[in-house]
Amino acid sequence: MSTTPAHTAKGLPDTWRRPPMIANPLLRYGLLLAVAVYIGWALWILPIDWARVSQGFARAARIFSGAFPPSFERSGLLISGFLESLKIAILATVGGVLLSIPIAFMAAKNLAPRPVYLVGRALIIIARSFHPVIVAIIFVKAVGFGPFAGVLTLIVYSIGFVAKMLAERIEEIDWGQVEAMRSVGAGYFPTLVYAVFPQIMPRQIGLSIYQLDSNLRASAVVGIVGAGGIGSTLANAFGRYDYDFALAITIVIVAVILLSEAVSGQIRKRIW
Amino acid sequence: MVSMDTTPEEWVRYTPRERLQRFVIFLATALAIVWALTSINVIWAWVFDAPQQMGDLFGRMVPPDVSNLPKILWVLVETVNIATIATAIAVFVSLPVAYIAAQNTTPNAFTLWLGRFILVSSRSVNTIIWALLFVAIFGPGIVAGIVAIMFRSIGFIGKLLGEAIEEIDKRPVEALEATGASRFKVIVYAIVPQVMPTFWAVAILRWDINLRESTVLGLVGAGGIGLILQSAIDTFNWQEAATVLLSILVLVVLGEIVSAWMRKRII
Amino acid sequence: MLKISQLVKRYGNGAPVLKGLDLEVPGDSVVAIIGASGAGKSTLLRCINRLVEPSSGTIELNGLMLTDLKGAGLRAARRRIGMIFQGFNLVDRLTVMENVQSGRLGYLPTWRAVMRRYPKEDIRRAYELMERVGIAHYANKRADELSGGERQRVGVVRALMQEPEILLADEPTASLDPKTSEQIMELLRALSREFSLPVLINIHNVAEAKLYTDRIVGMRYGRIIFDAAPAALDQAAMDEIYAGVPAEERGEMGNVTPLRAKNA
Repeated sequence: MSTTPAHTAKGLPDTWRRPPMIANPLLRYGLLLAVAVYIGWALWILPIDWARVSQGFARAARIFSGAFPPSFERSGLLISGFLESLKIAILATVGGVLLSIPIAFMAAKNLAPRPVYLVGRALIIIARSFHPVIVAIIFVKAVGFGPFAGVLTLIVYSIGFVAKMLAERIEEIDWGQVEAMRSVGAGYFPTLVYAVFPQIMPRQIGLSIYQLDSNLRASAVVGIVGAGGIGSTLANAFGRYDYDFALAITIVIVAVILLSEAVSGQIRKRIW
Repeated sequence: MVSMDTTPEEWVRYTPRERLQRFVIFLATALAIVWALTSINVIWAWVFDAPQQMGDLFGRMVPPDVSNLPKILWVLVETVNIATIATAIAVFVSLPVAYIAAQNTTPNAFTLWLGRFILVSSRSVNTIIWALLFVAIFGPGIVAGIVAIMFRSIGFIGKLLGEAIEEIDKRPVEALEATGASRFKVIVYAIVPQVMPTFWAVAILRWDINLRESTVLGLVGAGGIGLILQSAIDTFNWQEAATVLLSILVLVVLGEIVSAWMRKRII
Repeated sequence: MLKISQLVKRYGNGAPVLKGLDLEVPGDSVVAIIGASGAGKSTLLRCINRLVEPSSGTIELNGLMLTDLKGAGLRAARRRIGMIFQGFNLVDRLTVMENVQSGRLGYLPTWRAVMRRYPKEDIRRAYELMERVGIAHYANKRADELSGGERQRVGVVRALMQEPEILLADEPTASLDPKTSEQIMELLRALSREFSLPVLINIHNVAEAKLYTDRIVGMRYGRIIFDAAPAALDQAAMDEIYAGVPAEERGEMGNVTPLRAKNA
């Protein structure tokens, strides 16, 4: 383990060690030890009921035998659940994108005054930090079960993504165009319309389509805590041990997600 | 085309065809919105009532009740552990999946499709849906949560790693094949070093995402901070719920800072 | 002794890239292969170590029939053939030493390769060769920190680490500036003498080919149409090898000024 190479008669070393990523050996081994200790500790303290877990395979076998073949008998329920998800996704995208625009302008460092900028950033951070399912249970408590809570949830979810990306785009705009508009004496809003909007429009359209796609995915999830759509149908099927219907729903969800991903990808490719 | 002898007095931005196209897209969008608005199953009285309800709810949240804070913080640590352990396992499991799902390394057509099938099924099912399934299998608790996050992460990490493998510079691979190195040694020397930066970046990114996901596992019974949130909400203990929400906010923001720092350090 | 006979390579159903090619390289001579792009130079080189699979014909190296081999036998044969590339083909994120040692991969047990536990004699040999070409002080640097000429030297050392019986160089100087490119050619010629190693070089720069090699092989459309000492490569031969290539593009190919401009 010598770090100084042994020299041969010709004066050339005949040992070689790859230079370590962390030069300081104390830090290197300390870090390794810390990681090992952490993993051991984390596994140790996890409250795992091994007796219950060991029954898992028997249960898994029962669930899967109950799930096959998937049952499409109640396809009416399935379709109406899906249409509701689609409606939630559309309305949330429209609402989310509309609200994102002013928030993005607030959160763009180059356009907004500092206090406004901080408020804009804070809104985005809050919208991004909470998983849509958490937002959903709060809205479900506030406005009751059903698709309206889903729409509100996904509006928040959309703001977290669209406003963030849009704000970053606004911060990257070519400032020369803004100066050109100002130099011909244009006011604040004409400057926005002629010098800023054209630069951010393509991104905005792409983001909206992307967000519609991801809202459709998320709407399948927020339904599980009662915010409407196909997720509610799925949670009900699971709760009643209708595993064959649950599997049918899952298959359809996967198919629709793949389809919507392909479609939105195609559209975005055309626009960009 | 504008001929030069007749100076046009009108200028339009789009050709008629473009305008028709735009009009159709616009109309379709408008129709979709109208359809959604008119047919969605919503009690409009509740909608107009919503701002007041929300205000009411947030009113009941202040001041946050911190009497249960030690317990909350402890469960928060547990939540971090769920995310970390699940990410670590998923990273290892996704390596062979990425290998067989990349067109240039997969042994044959069957393994390619097997790899792609694993990636697609893992990615298309949300963590919460995976959690529902594993809670039914393993019973409520942390194991179901870890396995659920793991299953979802494999698709995510595997897909991005597989793409990284497909995009590597093939010339060093050719050079090492020319030295007579075996397939495995070529992978270790020419492919692994090229994929390493993506590997770390993806692992850190997924850990950041998993931190968020692990906060909601409890809502379907799969362990972590979500359990406490659920019980606080079920018992209308909004002040404690507020504390939980704030601590989740702090956790997620901290996670983002840590992962940004790690990304800078490692890559 | 490298002996190629009746070598044919055809991609898919198209016209063959190599059309029944015969070539013998005895002893330790440095041979330049020249020809317009698409003449099949690169394919010829890659057929020798079977990076490209020949359609028919035979290639024999010091009594070993390369075209019959497969699997482990082919890999063992590839160890005996060193190759140098136009784009250096180093692994950028590995150190120079690891890149150099990767020339030994065909010989090393897998665990040594993975753990980077190279045998003492390999390390000594690596340092010797690196010192010989002037890069020994870079052993611990990452390959992407080096300049083009230095990177090509790493490529040369990697090939020499194989203890090859022949060296194939595919446009080794095309990515280098004129001065470095001359140094590399000089190095290849010197190494060929030192290790009595036959070297086959694909090259675009005819002036360099004439200066640094013992024999020039001219290819056109998958056939060898010229094979003689550099001195015999006159204007007429050049015109034949590069027929159809516009004069302007031939400017860099040699110090011979075309007598008449031939336009395609």
